[in-house]
Amino acid sequence: MKPIFSKLTGLCVVVFLAMGVSGAFAAEEGETPHYPIKKPREASWSFAGPFGKWDLGQLQRGYKVYTEVCSACHSIDLIAFRNLSGLGYSEAQVKAIAAEYEVTDGPDEDGEMFERTAVPSDRIPGPFANDEAAKASNGGALPPDFSLLAKARGVERGFPLFVFDVFTMYAENGPDYINSLLTGYQEAPTHIEISEGTYYNPYYVAGPSLAMAPPLDDGSVTYDDGAPETLDQYSKDVSAFMMWAAEPFLVTRKSMGFKVMIYLLIFSLLLYLTKKKIFAGIKD
Amino acid sequence: MSGGHSEYNPSNGFTKWLDARLPLPRFVYDSFIAYPVPRNLNGWYTFGAILAIMLIVQIITGVVLAMHYVASTAGAFNSVEFIMRDVNYGWLMRRLHANGASMFFFAVYIHIFRGMYYGSYKNPREVLWILGVLIFLLMMATAFMGYVLPWGQMSFWGATVITGFFSAIPLVGTTIQEWLLGGFAVGNPTLNRFFSLHYLLPFMIVGVVALHVWALHVTGQTNPTGVEVKNMKKETVPFTPYATIKDFLGLSLFFIVFAWFVFYLPDYMGHPDNYIRANSLKTPAHIVPEWYFLPFYAILRAITFNISIPFTDIVLINSKLGGVLAMVGSIAILFVLPWLDTSKVRSASYRPLYKQFFWVFVVVSVLLGWLGSKPADGGYVIAAQILTAYYFAHFLIILPWLGWYEKPKQVPPSIADAVLKKKSTAAQPAE
Ligand code: HEC
Ligand code: HEM
Repeated sequence: MKPIFSKLTGLCVVVFLAMGVSGAFAAEEGETPHYPIKKPREASWSFAGPFGKWDLGQLQRGYKVYTEVCSACHSIDLIAFRNLSGLGYSEAQVKAIAAEYEVTDGPDEDGEMFERTAVPSDRIPGPFANDEAAKASNGGALPPDFSLLAKARGVERGFPLFVFDVFTMYAENGPDYINSLLTGYQEAPTHIEISEGTYYNPYYVAGPSLAMAPPLDDGSVTYDDGAPETLDQYSKDVSAFMMWAAEPFLVTRKSMGFKVMIYLLIFSLLLYLTKKKIFAGIKD
Repeated sequence: MSGGHSEYNPSNGFTKWLDARLPLPRFVYDSFIAYPVPRNLNGWYTFGAILAIMLIVQIITGVVLAMHYVASTAGAFNSVEFIMRDVNYGWLMRRLHANGASMFFFAVYIHIFRGMYYGSYKNPREVLWILGVLIFLLMMATAFMGYVLPWGQMSFWGATVITGFFSAIPLVGTTIQEWLLGGFAVGNPTLNRFFSLHYLLPFMIVGVVALHVWALHVTGQTNPTGVEVKNMKKETVPFTPYATIKDFLGLSLFFIVFAWFVFYLPDYMGHPDNYIRANSLKTPAHIVPEWYFLPFYAILRAITFNISIPFTDIVLINSKLGGVLAMVGSIAILFVLPWLDTSKVRSASYRPLYKQFFWVFVVVSVLLGWLGSKPADGGYVIAAQILTAYYFAHFLIILPWLGWYEKPKQVPPSIADAVLKKKSTAAQPAE
């Protein structure tokens, strides 16, 4: 049997060599560079891990950054004012927030559309009437809706990280990406050509540059809870807010998960002991 | 091992009355209580029960989702988000269903590899095996159509790519493709029929599963020795409590893994692009199927060359059709596996060479899956071609050849002998 075994080992070696060569080829042929140029930086998030919790203060600050800066271009269609109670706002606060907006309603009995003050059940109105209008105001680029963006971006982790992620429960690809993007704007290196009206950002998934100018800078937004008014802080806060918008039940999910896990572990242990007992009864 | 005789004794007036009219309790008793199973089954044999439960989980969560789902291109994406945000425990139902599909495939792959390792497909279990492959095919169709329903970017583009393969069929391809789609491109009619079929197919799976279990109960289970039961009394134990408790334990451990993904990594198996509404004007950078289709996707894309009559320019099979044939062939070949493996010995435990080739085959399948997730260019294609060739060689060359070349180890005369021997060798060093 020995010789065959070495043949098989040989085969495996050939296969792996082939994979290696193929990898080298793939790298060499990569005339079209791979994006993003840089992998997202991993930040620490209060909602990461099995016991993750929202930092409500952070979410409220993130919402403030969104309304004062991002909402000039980005909509958040799937979120209604009533959902904002998830950020820790009371019913009265939610009502007050909604009352700052006007929404179109109707038609009334004369068949006319009319404007009225928003109520908590209304969706948060976006900045533009439609995608075409949004593009027209942004040099042809569409600012994506925020409702799901934190789950709609994720840079491939690659081997072996994606295996470790199963055990470390790494699931913050989205907020890490957004946070890296917002703080990652740089001067373009001289050898990279950037098309007009775009800004170099090595973290951007779809190319060397994107059509959004750096939206934040130190001091752009006033915080009233004493948190630092820096780009880094704004960026983290708004990324966390976007994660909340994309997955409002994240914390509920994790805390239910813990109970389910405990239940299943105890149940499995009991089943294991029962099984041992039952099988001990088999006579030869 | 069905035995034909029944040990069921109706205990009261009602069950006696029913037994004479519709012996359902007798059927359940004979199939799930008294049914004799080999006493030496290991943990890999619990995956059948796990699969049965996962099918039920998919159907229950699916029926609940269908109560809130809107099958239209305008409403589908938002209805799924409505389920996630506004339906009570809707997020849980959807996470269970989407991750359940992945776990279902994970279990079915283990189940299939278990069958290959222990030679479960061999005489007299060919029909049992073929029914299993049929279930696998139905599962693939169901999962493919299910993935289209949330109407994200991958839903749309996956559907476009996969239905595009039908156009590779000579002469009638385009006609078939348009008939499947209900139009010239993936659109509202496609989504509606996919929803209809996605609802229908799981119940067809239930039907085939019933036949699968029936066939199983006619031939009885294999066991790690591959030796058939000879002495019912000494070598089998009744299904309840022995198999039931083992299956429950397997299921419970399996659910821990399932819950890990549902509660902590619910998007791990998915693709971020599917959180972007389908857009027929914007092609994603890489269109990749769900992980469980990746090995077949790699085989499909490995065929990058036309097959022509030598020394002429006449193309017999162009690369697109070749890819489709290779992919279909890679599954179809499983149907004839019972006749490709020529060895008389069932279990790999007594086939030293086959055991090695089995593991090489597992590694090749996993590597093919990895290649399926990579862009189809350069060396990746070459690697996929080598591994595709090996995949087919495993079935068409290695298995038939091993049957006569390999010298199997001494097979134990009976299960009882194997079990007792194991017990005595295990007991000695402990003493
Ligand atoms: C002046 C308008 C404008 C403002 C203000 C703005 N954005 Fe954008 N944003 C855009 C445009 C336009 C795009 C699309 C870029 C492209 O496609 O090249 C974009 C894209 C994005 C993307 C997606 C990048 C990707 O991977 O596709 C993110 C994330 C983002 N913006 C976050 C923010 C945040 C957070 C803020 C507020 C702090 C903000 N934006 C403020 C115009 C804006
Ligand atoms: C063999 C069993 C089944 C498998 C393998 C399966 C698989 C899938 C998959 C992969 C998805 C996409 C999940 C996502 O990414 O969101 C899906 C969605 C869906 N399935 Fe199923 N399914 C099965 C049974 C059923 C049944 C029986 C029903 C209904 C009666 C059903 C109803 C739905 C609905 C409504 C959706 C869309 C909602 C959603 O995407 O979450 N499924 N299915």
